[in-house]
Amino acid sequence: MASEAIAPRTLPRLRPGWMQDNGVYAALVVLLLIDLAFTDNFVTVDNLRTQLIQVVPVVIVALGMALVIGTEGIDLSVGSVMALASALLPTYLGYGVVPAVLVCLVGGVLVGLLNGWLVSYIGLQPIVATLASLIGIRGLANIILDNQADIRNGTLLDLGANSVAGIPYLVLIAVVITVVVAFVVRRTTFGRQVVSIGGNRVASELAGLPVRRTLITVYVVSAALAALAGVLATARLTASTPNTLGNLIELSAITAVVVGGTPLSGGRVKIVGTVAGAILMQLIHSTLIAHNLKDSAAQLVQAAIIAVAVYAQLGRKA
Amino acid sequence: MQSPGVGVEETGAGPAGASADAPTGLVLTRYEKYAEVAQRRGSLVVLVLTGIVASFAFDSFGSVDNLRNIALTSSFTAVVALGMTFVILTGGIDLSVGSVFALGGVLAAWGSEHSVLLALVLPLVVCGAIGLLNGVLITSFGMAPFIVTLTTLLAARGLDLALTTEGSVVHVVPSGSHFATMGQGSVLGLPWPVWIAIGLFALGTLLLQRTRFGQTVLAMGSNEDAARLMGLPVARTKMWVYVMSGLLAGFGGAMQAAQSSSGVPNIGVGFELTAISAVVIGGTLLTGGAGTTGGTLAGVLLLGVIANIINQLNLSNANWQPVVNGAFLVVVVVIQTYLTRRQRL
Repeated sequence: MASEAIAPRTLPRLRPGWMQDNGVYAALVVLLLIDLAFTDNFVTVDNLRTQLIQVVPVVIVALGMALVIGTEGIDLSVGSVMALASALLPTYLGYGVVPAVLVCLVGGVLVGLLNGWLVSYIGLQPIVATLASLIGIRGLANIILDNQADIRNGTLLDLGANSVAGIPYLVLIAVVITVVVAFVVRRTTFGRQVVSIGGNRVASELAGLPVRRTLITVYVVSAALAALAGVLATARLTASTPNTLGNLIELSAITAVVVGGTPLSGGRVKIVGTVAGAILMQLIHSTLIAHNLKDSAAQLVQAAIIAVAVYAQLGRKA
Repeated sequence: MQSPGVGVEETGAGPAGASADAPTGLVLTRYEKYAEVAQRRGSLVVLVLTGIVASFAFDSFGSVDNLRNIALTSSFTAVVALGMTFVILTGGIDLSVGSVFALGGVLAAWGSEHSVLLALVLPLVVCGAIGLLNGVLITSFGMAPFIVTLTTLLAARGLDLALTTEGSVVHVVPSGSHFATMGQGSVLGLPWPVWIAIGLFALGTLLLQRTRFGQTVLAMGSNEDAARLMGLPVARTKMWVYVMSGLLAGFGGAMQAAQSSSGVPNIGVGFELTAISAVVIGGTLLTGGAGTTGGTLAGVLLLGVIANIINQLNLSNANWQPVVNGAFLVVVVVIQTYLTRRQRL
């Protein structure tokens, strides 16, 4: 009865296979080799560090998205949640950095609770529930902070710009979160429940798994990670821009997840693949730009690459 | 793949059913009848109620000028949402319409510098081709509509930027061009875009309710496997639905270009969400198989009326609009879900 609320049913199940599991790493290696050969000064420590810093928000958002997609759901609201966090940050910065960041995270959690409640208890399709949040929350962010605000707090600016032992704080945070999420997916009951629900929600219900609670948790985690990504992106940009921050990031995150080997139909979650997928898309984009392709052409090529990558994962049609 | 049980439920006692008649062999209680009407005509009821309240609350709301303005601004969304209705009825989704809309406008404005015919043909050919590409990738290659149309969203925007030197060139419709009449002229007091939208909706309604194509769309949205087993041309129909969506989005963009006398490259971002919202508010189920074009029209107008009311409220902050739209979407869909579930018990 409740299973009609899972995802657009036309999404075909991707076939597990070598390409799906490892295609993203192979592509990453090939791309780096190409860059090494043809792109001047591309594979240098400095440039790679810059690329990694740029990809951090997408990675963090995509990790939450991977969990959501693992349950055969989708979270379109992540970009708006980033904007919400970005709007809350300067508004509450007067109380100190930690309280302000906590308020941002709480804002994210509340949106996640709303999404999760709509999906699990009300039975809305994830695409509709999070679409409504996408529309509404961006407006809310703009109401909280119309226009934009500069961030002048030293601690936050440090967080966005500095590094420890040559590794930027932002990258460090992304690595820690990746490790935690990977651990949760592989080694905890919650992780197994996520995969189980995505594999077959009805069976999971019959088996007595706490389906609703797990779904809510997944959307809360996704939104909280998006809020964190919003804080980090704001710190790096040294300005809060709720009007534009996180625009269309849901598409980048979904692409990273799918290219990384997690099928849109749920039931499998590839965490390291997701990170690799995000990095791959970032490198493709900057490689194209480095070769003096205009943004428009880069977009065309990127679209073609996504299509090919997803098709390669489909395997042969039965 | 959906679980078989769900498919059976949906075809057996689907709320709006694939046909206009009540599901045969079932005696509906009075509650179920009301529920069905509310589900199918809910957006219309809300639209009328909102309109009545607004006309009492604001003196200027009911004025002919204001209503005409709402109709005009809604007509572009309506054309795009019509195509989206068919796509969603098949159980698919078309995320590319916002970019295609912008591309259509740019192509039309560019074409109008040469001839009126080119201004009309160019967006239709290119945007129809994008729709065809969507359709081919989805039907022949078996890829998910979500991903396919996501890539064409990127690609169409890229094409749009490439044609306008990275979005810096705005093509202007030459003054005195007959093409501009399509957007700016009016007949019997109503602007041309409104007439065009009405005409397209009339055609769309006929297509959906009175043709084999429309019945196939509804049948495959309810249960694609069953439709295929019945021998319906599922793949071909799906292909046409995406072509239609591309054509209508491109044509909507052309209308917009004619109305504003220019092809602005940066419009249409997030437009797919507006169109999807209108379709869903109009009572079409996102899982496909049940819905009406009339509902979509009511949904589009409702969004237009809400926007208008928010303008009239003179809120210091126009950002309330998306908040209200989002909340509205949730409320309508929650009610729909509730009614649908009650009906199935």
